[in-house]
Amino acid sequence: MYRILEREDLTDTIHVFKIDAPAVAKRAKPGQFVILRVAEDGERIPLTIADFDRKAGTITVVFMEVGKTTMQMAKLGVGDSLANFAGPLGLPTEVEKFGRVVVVGGGFGVATTYPIARAMKEAGNEVITIMGARTKDLLIWEDMMRSASHELIVCTDDGSYGRKGLVTAPLKEMLEDDCRIDRVVAIGPAIMMKFVALTSQPFGVPTVVSLNPLMVDGTGLCGACRVSVDGVTKFACVDGPDFDGHKVDWDLLLARQKIFVEEEKISLEHWRHHESCECSKAKA
Amino acid sequence: MAKLNLNRQPMPEQDHKERARNFKEVTLGYSLETALAEAERCIICPKPACVKGCPVNVPIPDFIKALRENDLPGAAKALKSKNNLPSICGRVCPQESQCEALCVVGKKGAPIAIGRLERYVGDWELRRMEENPSVPAKPTPTGKRVAVVGAGPSGLTAAADLARLGHSVTIFEALHKPGGVLIYGIPEFRLPKSIVGAEVDYVRSLGVEIVVDSVIGRTVTVDELLDEEGFDVVFLGTGAGLPNFMGIPGENLNGVYSANEFLTRANLMKAYAFPEADTPIKRSKRVAVVGGGNVAMDAVRTALRLGAEEASIVYRRSEEELPARREEFEHAKDEGIVFRFLTNPVEILGDKGWVVGMKCLEMELGEPDASGRRRPVIKPGSEFVLDVDAVIMAIGTSPNPLVTRTTRGLELNRHGTVVADPETGKSSKDKVWAGGDIVTGAATVISAMGAGKRAALSIHEFLMMEPRINADRSG
Repeated sequence: MYRILEREDLTDTIHVFKIDAPAVAKRAKPGQFVILRVAEDGERIPLTIADFDRKAGTITVVFMEVGKTTMQMAKLGVGDSLANFAGPLGLPTEVEKFGRVVVVGGGFGVATTYPIARAMKEAGNEVITIMGARTKDLLIWEDMMRSASHELIVCTDDGSYGRKGLVTAPLKEMLEDDCRIDRVVAIGPAIMMKFVALTSQPFGVPTVVSLNPLMVDGTGLCGACRVSVDGVTKFACVDGPDFDGHKVDWDLLLARQKIFVEEEKISLEHWRHHESCECSKAKA
Repeated sequence: MAKLNLNRQPMPEQDHKERARNFKEVTLGYSLETALAEAERCIICPKPACVKGCPVNVPIPDFIKALRENDLPGAAKALKSKNNLPSICGRVCPQESQCEALCVVGKKGAPIAIGRLERYVGDWELRRMEENPSVPAKPTPTGKRVAVVGAGPSGLTAAADLARLGHSVTIFEALHKPGGVLIYGIPEFRLPKSIVGAEVDYVRSLGVEIVVDSVIGRTVTVDELLDEEGFDVVFLGTGAGLPNFMGIPGENLNGVYSANEFLTRANLMKAYAFPEADTPIKRSKRVAVVGGGNVAMDAVRTALRLGAEEASIVYRRSEEELPARREEFEHAKDEGIVFRFLTNPVEILGDKGWVVGMKCLEMELGEPDASGRRRPVIKPGSEFVLDVDAVIMAIGTSPNPLVTRTTRGLELNRHGTVVADPETGKSSKDKVWAGGDIVTGAATVISAMGAGKRAALSIHEFLMMEPRINADRSG
C-alpha cells in the first residue's frame, strides 16, 4: 500500500498527491510515469511523475477528475493509501544543454512539465515556458513554473488571465521572430501537442512530445499503447512516452484514446449509483 | 493380475453449450472413485518411462501407487517432492506429448491419465492445506539471499525450491498480482485463479517473500540487486514479453488487440465482470483470432464467452499443423469456435477508425519448410474479406527489453532472448541465472518450471560452495 502524505487541491477537479513510494522515488527521472491502482478490482492508470524527492522517498502526481478512477482517487485524503503504485516507467526525457528550450504545457499537463523545465534549467539551458488553460481557474503551478523557467508566458483560451489565446500563438511568434529556439518540449492534451508540433515543424525545431495513449500493464506486455511514429509502430510504455512530435501519427493517437469512451461513461455511472447507495446506507 | 483396462476414466465436463457462455472451469475433475479406478490401471513399471517425459521428473508411479492405496497424504508428498505447483500442472501441462506419450499402457490402449490424477491429488492437497494450515518445516537458513525476477511458473518454482533448501528468497513481480502468465494469460475456464492463488500461497508458506509493483530494469536493476541490495544471486524469469503484430495495414485500428492485451483485460483485470471491475473490454460480435497456438485458443474461447456471435480462428496452415493442444482444439470446436484453416490475413479494413473487416488470402500447402512443416503458399486469386468487428493477434511474442537492456554483460541471442546453459540456466553474467520463456521464447508452463528447477539446483550448488556466513543464526 502506498500512503498519501500530502494533498493539495489546485482547482475543483485538479489535485496533487504526494505519495510515499521510496522505491519509485529512488530512480525517478523527469518524463517518466507510474501505473497505479486506487483499489482492488480497480483499473491500472498511468500518471506522469510531476515531482520526486529521493531523500524523502516521495513521488508527486497531479491528476484531473475525468472518469471513475480519478474521481474515486479524488475522494482519498492524507493517510489513505493507493492499492498499487509501480514505476518509474518509460524512458526519461532527454535532458542536456541544448541552448534555448521552449517548454509548452497545457491543462494539468503543466504539472508534468515542471520537473523537465527544472532539469533543463539545471542543465544550463535558457528555459522559456508557455503554459495555458481554458480559463484562469484551471491554471496550475504558475509560481513553480516561474521558478523553473527564465521566462514564463501564461495563456488562457478565454483571456481571463495572461494572454488570450492558445499556447501555439506565442510559440509561433517566437519562431517567426527568428529568436533561435533549439528545442521544444510539449506536454498536455494530445490535440494541444499535435498543434504545437505542427507549429514548430515548418521551422525545423526538434519537438519532443510525451504521448498519453491508453495503457494496461505499462511494462510492454499488452501493446494497448501502440502509437505510430515515422510510420513504425511503437509501444509508448517501453519505447516512449517521449517521441519526435513531427513524426507522430496524431490522428491515430486521438482515435485510439477514444476506444473505451462508452465504457468509461458506463463505469462512471455505475460507480456514482453505487456511491449514492453507499451514502444512503451510511445515513440510515 | 487383473486384465489391463485399455480405457481411461472419462473426465467430466461442463455441458459445451452452457460453458460457452460462462467463465467457470470447463473440466470438472475426477471424483475419488474415478481417480482410484484410473490409478488402478497403472501397472507401476519398475523402470517408468513416463518420468523421463516429465520436465521436472515427478515420481509418477510413486504418487499413483500411494493414491490407489488411498494414501492421499503419501501421494501428495511424492508429487510435491518434485512439483511445487501440481494443481496447475495437472490442468495446463501438455501431458499427451510428455509423460503420457511414454506411458507403457499407452502402447496397447489409452495411456494412464497422469495429468488428471495429478490434478486430483494436487487439489486434494490444496483443500487439506486450507482446512488444516500447517507451516512447513523450516530448513536451516543458509544466510544466502536470492532475488527472483518474475512471479510466473519458472520464478515460483525456482523460489520454492531455493526456499526449501534454506535460502532467503525474494520474488520481484512487475504486475500487482503474482502468477505471471498463470494470472494474466491463461483464462479462468482453463485454470481457476483461486487455484493459482492457493499455489502461490503455498510458495509463500515456504518463506518466499513476493514484492509486487516492482519492475526490474526500471524500479531497480539487476546490477543494483547484486551490488547495492545485498542479493547473492539473481534468477531471471521475466517471461515471454512483447506481443508481435503481423505488420499488415490496419493493425492499429480500434478493435485490433494483441492476445496479451485481450487476455490481460479479461483475466488479470477481470474485465468480464465490468463494470463491477473497472477495466473495460469490448463485447465484439464477430471476432477473428489470428494464430493457432494455445494462446489463440484461450483468446478465441474468451471472446465467445464475452458474447461474440461468431468467434473464429484464422490460421495459415492446416489442422494438422495446429500447434495448440489437441484437448484445447477439441474443446474449442465443441463450443462452436469456427476454424478457418489455410487462411492468411493481408489487411485489416477500417471505417471511421474502427475494424469493419479483414482481407485474407486462401493458402495451400507446398513443400516442407525449415520447421519440417509444409509451407503454406498463396492460392492465386483467392482474396476475400472476412466480416469481423474485432481482430486479436496471437502470433507470438518478442523478449521484453526492460531487463536485458539495463543489465551489464548479459549475453543475448539474435532474437533478444537470454543465453543460458540448458542444463543449469547459468547466464553469461556472473551470479545471474535465467529460465523460462525469456530463454526459450514462448513455450509451456511446465518447461519453464523445469528450467526453474534446474536453475535452483545450480544456484544452490553455487551458493553452498561459498563459506556459510550466518551459519550460527540457525543454531
